[in-house]
Amino acid sequence: MSQTTPHDPHLAHHFPDAGTQFEAGKLGMWIFLATEILLFGGLFCAYAVYRANHPEIFIYAHQFLDKVLGGINTAVLIVSSLTMAWAVRAAQLGHQRALVRLLAATIALGFVFLGIKYVEYEHKWKEGLLPGKRFTHQAAAPPAAAAPADPDPAPVAAAGDSSVIAPAARGPAGLASPSTASQEKAHKVPRNVQIFFGIYFSMTGLHAIHVIAGMITLLWILRRAARGEFGPRYFTPVDLAGLYWHLVDLIWIYLFPLLYLIH
Amino acid sequence: MTAQHATQPAGAVSVPMENALGGENYLNHGRGLWSWLTTLDHKRIGIMYLVSILAAFLLGGVFALLLRTELLTPQQTIMKPDTYNQMFTLHGAVMIFLFIIPGIPAALGNFVLPLMLGAKDVAFPRLNLASYYLWVTGALFALVSIITGAVDTGWTFYTPYSTTTSTSVISMVFGAFILGFSSIFTGLNFVVTIHKMRPPGMTWFRMPLFLWGLYGTAIIQILATPVLGITLLLIIAERLLGVGIFDPALGGDPVLFQHFFWFYSHPAVYIMILPAMGVISELMATFSRKRIFGYAAIAGSSIAIAVISFLVWGHHMFVSGQSNLAGMIFSFLTFLVAIPSAIKVFNWTATMYKGSVWLATPMLYALSFLFLFGIGGLTGLFLGALATDVHLHDTYFVVAHFHYVMFGGTVMGFLGGLHYWWPKMSGRMYSERWGRIAALLIFVGFNVTFFAQFVMGSQGMPRRYYNYLPEFTPYHVISTVGSYLLGLGFLIVLVYLIHSLVKGQPAPANPWGGATLEWQTSSPPPHDNFSREPVVDDPYDVERWRWDEALGGYRRQEQPASA
Amino acid sequence: MGFLGIQGGGGGGFWLPRAASTGAAPVDALFYFILAISVVFFALIVGLMIFFVVRYRRRAGQGPQPSPAHNTPLEITWSVIPLAIVIGIFAWGFKVFMDLATPPANAYEVQVTAQKWSWLYTYPNGHVDDVLHVPGDRPVKLVMTSEDVIHSYFVPAFRVKRDVVPGRYSTLWFEALEPGEYQVYCTEYCGTGHSDMLSKVVVHPPGGFEKWLEDASNLLNTLPPAEAGERLYRSRGCIQCHSMDGAAAIGPTFRGLVGSQRVMRSGTRLVADENYIRESILEPQAQIVAGFEPVMPTYKGRLKDEEITALIAFMKSLAGEKGEEQ
Repeated sequence: MSQTTPHDPHLAHHFPDAGTQFEAGKLGMWIFLATEILLFGGLFCAYAVYRANHPEIFIYAHQFLDKVLGGINTAVLIVSSLTMAWAVRAAQLGHQRALVRLLAATIALGFVFLGIKYVEYEHKWKEGLLPGKRFTHQAAAPPAAAAPADPDPAPVAAAGDSSVIAPAARGPAGLASPSTASQEKAHKVPRNVQIFFGIYFSMTGLHAIHVIAGMITLLWILRRAARGEFGPRYFTPVDLAGLYWHLVDLIWIYLFPLLYLIH
Repeated sequence: MTAQHATQPAGAVSVPMENALGGENYLNHGRGLWSWLTTLDHKRIGIMYLVSILAAFLLGGVFALLLRTELLTPQQTIMKPDTYNQMFTLHGAVMIFLFIIPGIPAALGNFVLPLMLGAKDVAFPRLNLASYYLWVTGALFALVSIITGAVDTGWTFYTPYSTTTSTSVISMVFGAFILGFSSIFTGLNFVVTIHKMRPPGMTWFRMPLFLWGLYGTAIIQILATPVLGITLLLIIAERLLGVGIFDPALGGDPVLFQHFFWFYSHPAVYIMILPAMGVISELMATFSRKRIFGYAAIAGSSIAIAVISFLVWGHHMFVSGQSNLAGMIFSFLTFLVAIPSAIKVFNWTATMYKGSVWLATPMLYALSFLFLFGIGGLTGLFLGALATDVHLHDTYFVVAHFHYVMFGGTVMGFLGGLHYWWPKMSGRMYSERWGRIAALLIFVGFNVTFFAQFVMGSQGMPRRYYNYLPEFTPYHVISTVGSYLLGLGFLIVLVYLIHSLVKGQPAPANPWGGATLEWQTSSPPPHDNFSREPVVDDPYDVERWRWDEALGGYRRQEQPASA
Repeated sequence: MGFLGIQGGGGGGFWLPRAASTGAAPVDALFYFILAISVVFFALIVGLMIFFVVRYRRRAGQGPQPSPAHNTPLEITWSVIPLAIVIGIFAWGFKVFMDLATPPANAYEVQVTAQKWSWLYTYPNGHVDDVLHVPGDRPVKLVMTSEDVIHSYFVPAFRVKRDVVPGRYSTLWFEALEPGEYQVYCTEYCGTGHSDMLSKVVVHPPGGFEKWLEDASNLLNTLPPAEAGERLYRSRGCIQCHSMDGAAAIGPTFRGLVGSQRVMRSGTRLVADENYIRESILEPQAQIVAGFEPVMPTYKGRLKDEEITALIAFMKSLAGEKGEEQ
């Protein structure tokens, strides 16, 4: 690589030249991104398993998500990816002011995304559209499961103390019993809607943590950029942070249709 | 490219043979505790890892001896059932997450990998140090868990038990999550280092086999550990927030947890064994004084194991209720993964053919490895076959099997590697006589401890049992006696290694005649690893290294020895 | 084959316990086949290893002899032969597994409920017991589920094992070869009492099972209440946590319980009268005695009124010395 100079201050002592160092950094980042995708991969797997087994939950529950806000957020992140890519280009070209402004814009868009996400979360919280045992949404909850402390809707027949129904003959906790199944049909509310929200909050929550981590990284990059550390000869950190930011966007681009646009 | 790695013409070579304890070396480069805690030197990080994981091993070993003592009699011997349950959980969690997974890669690998590459360091020294501190943080969380009531879930954290028990699961699970990231960073560092920092002349197929082992390991660390990460996060979310993804009472599926868990934890078995196999390859060549037999097959089988290991996790779940089709596929793939392991064993054995076998302490561990890993691997056939697994699943047969593989395999490889590279790390030799005595004691103690467990397991003794039926008493007594022998063996190792640090003979640069690059620098190496550029050539041309009485070590011959 | 510890017949050998079901023999045959293969390969490798170590040990003045560093035909041979063998083992294991996967249509069905830390068997007539009694002359199918965490049902003599998972049913079947008593274990770790979560299968000779079931189902009518209560105490899992001898276990002892003063976690004191006992059985979490964990499952819907009455009669029969309660 032509960037090599004997006294390059950014060249670590154990690399033979700056080109190798840049390539190593890039390879390392790509591998790290692969681990991030696999981290989300577990949740995508959980999503696939539950959606395949209980499609009705997903079709019913996704109505509670706000497609408009989700769509706006998707646009916000796509624009932020554009500003990020532009920032990398600015660093390569040595456009110092543009670099700082574009990084600031990317971070600002991150805040917009989180703000909209907050509005969505708050709405779910108020409606009781929460995962697992905290799920208290009235219209969606099967009547017998309204009390969150007792998620096992005991069939009426088994409620009497003198029941002759033996333990194993009774459906174990979590299996549908015939009486509640018929109630569900009447309300068109599938059982276990809380599973959808468990997955929704796990996926978007983990994604939001990644957005925050990306913003912190970009703030650090912004500080270094403001000090004029980057230029055509050294822009690796901007490049790598950009890769990370694109990954965070990309994951959202999968999350949006999987969670909001179900048919 | 600079010319610094270029092969020098034969004849101009003079490899440093000196012991560097008196001169400049990485141990006295920078003094004081702070210089260690903030070091970016892969050798020092390796040593810090080594000390830390040995402490974890000691802790896990004490747990093991207490467990075996409890099992000396049915009913209560020295502890209550809940204590026993916590202790076997901690034994498993500490040994697996704190010792055996980071053991060879992070401790020995960190020290040796850049040396074998003739490099000055790993690609990302700061990430390397961060990985160490993540290990420490993870270990602290595990300690917090131990202090605040321990966990009693078994190291497998099966739901819904782990989400309902009242013990402190969260801190242990979070500790394991952090340790996972430590492991990922080590693997990432190694992959990038091997890809980008091999010296000119060291093509992939001229790389030492230990590096192939570490490379295969690193791939698994990178690709499998994140899935464990998310699984552990979901357990925490389940306990803290009641998310319900694995909770049958909320419509979740507890068996899905097992799939997630074993998707990581089966490949993790190969994270543990692959680097040990790499060590054995080095030992077999060096101590047979011969080129390794079937280099390409051994290297290729490491990668084959790494790939197939991702496809066999379901063999932990043959009786869990997964479909018969899934059982069939997982059983078949499980048998396939046996083949690369078998190939390695045959190659190692063949390496000794017509060699000059030197029964030094590291070689004794390598031979122990062949013996014990042989039993561990062959008993895997019983567990891979669906019909017999149904009977043997979750019995002591399984306990014995994985101890033969993990302990008989990985720990023997670790001990072999530790003794092999000890002179390079410390600059001093340990007592060869006590080394051999301890190796023998560990071999015998190990077999006494765990062979009895095969028999009681196939007789039906379930694992994780505090109490047992009187008919199993003789097996348990034999096993416990064996564990004491084993403990004594390790105690001896500890004593003579510490003794060697103070009183050991200064080590030559190459005490064993290994032909890989780490033997071309002084013992211990200087801060920058090589004061003179190492000569990159065939890593298994051990015959080129000849004993030199005056030097007390091996000296590289100017001309290739091949006749 | 003596050195392999193989023994024919149903007596049990060095390796495997007595084989007492129709499914056991094919499993054992495969086990011994793999054992034989393993011994051969192990002897080969370790034999060669020892031979090489001795024959080519390091001697003064003698280095290694020239020999090839690889040999393609040899390497292919030692890859392909083991491959063929393991595929054979796979196919055999799969076949036996599938043969044993489907219960015959005429199987006698018993419901099994696992809970910490006992097994309860519910017969088609509604009778519940803690020991699995089965007819010896027909196959038996168990339909199993769990009330709490995952357990696993294991009968070594029958070579059967199956996880018992909350929220779903799993099945397992066997056909016993001869009458007798066989040990049952829980093999999925489930907490404090995991190793005491044992049970028995009693295989009756022809005709014996029907008679046993009739007698057992009638115990409330045929036995005095305290005696019937003791049967229930043993068969419904109370015994796992509540002792008869005054020793505190996972739960308080039943000895001297009725009429004694109890101190609750909340600090309140109350007298353990009949209504308190009844409430503790039906709503175990309502009042927790100080010093114990709230781990008891509810028996609402699982014990009839007259059964609870019988249990209370049994507890009264255990009245301890005055003043030794607390």
